[in-house]
Amino acid sequence: MFKAIITVKLRPSILDPEGKAIEHALQSLDFKALSGVRIGKLVEMQVDAADRAAAEAAVVDACRQLLANPVMEDYTYELHEA
Amino acid sequence: MAKAKFGVVVFPGSNCDHDAYHAAKHVLGGQAEFLWHKEGSLQDVDVVILPGGFSYGDYLRCGAISRFSPIMKEVVRHADRGGHVIGICNGFQILTESGLLPGALLRNRSLKFVCRQVHLRVENNTSAFTSRYRQGQVISIPVAHGEGNFYTDQDTLAEIEENGQVAFRYVEADGSLTDAANPNGSLNNIAGIFNKEGNVLGMMPHPERVVEQLLGSDDGLGVFESLLLAISGEEPVLS
Repeated sequence: MFKAIITVKLRPSILDPEGKAIEHALQSLDFKALSGVRIGKLVEMQVDAADRAAAEAAVVDACRQLLANPVMEDYTYELHEA
Repeated sequence: MAKAKFGVVVFPGSNCDHDAYHAAKHVLGGQAEFLWHKEGSLQDVDVVILPGGFSYGDYLRCGAISRFSPIMKEVVRHADRGGHVIGICNGFQILTESGLLPGALLRNRSLKFVCRQVHLRVENNTSAFTSRYRQGQVISIPVAHGEGNFYTDQDTLAEIEENGQVAFRYVEADGSLTDAANPNGSLNNIAGIFNKEGNVLGMMPHPERVVEQLLGSDDGLGVFESLLLAISGEEPVLS
């Protein structure tokens, strides 16, 4: 059994107004060192797979088919043995 | 010839389905059926309407889950056969998610839900959805959405423009193209597009909400009249 932690974010080329708004709020709180704020989604799930390769294949397939829309989003994932 | 038959797909969370049904049946005088999203048949409808609303609560992304509803397989098959499909608002989002139309609808540039009357310019009146309008005609139609910011990569955008796939653009009342007239940040002020073949239309504004003078305007009726004309060759005789 594996645990997958998937992060889905707007592609870097796409303006993220929500991230920008949060960045402005951080600036006004005097967090001058923080910039480049991007907002995304985090998806956690259990993966029942025989080995890491099979788990990885399942996660990538799920991201491609449903979890991320390649027109506007990129995804990354971590896989931990649970 | 039998009257054009419209099928309005109902997803859990659709909320403009009755407006679309009313426009097609009672105002236009066509036949109309509701099609529950779990059904495996389109019941021989000529036109599929994917209505506005919040199907599946907009979970994950707008339209992302609805596209896997059983009836969507039939909708894709219908479109592949050249059948007419129109997606309005959430329906447009479902069409891009399902790959029947290019691009995606992002969060509005303002981050706010926008609900107001906008002006649209008819960019291509040679389609089955727009033939009853004049080329360049400016019509007034309401929008009501939080994710209507049409986006696509530059190559696809150029292709859409070159092929004449832009159906409507957000403009000022005098028809001029300005950034201020753009309610959501859509690329090139795009409010609605066709697929390459011209038998699928997706648009964020709601033509089904403006089909009767009694309710303020019938600027949206042209979309339904155009379809009636395309399918049964009938000049609409409106009551």
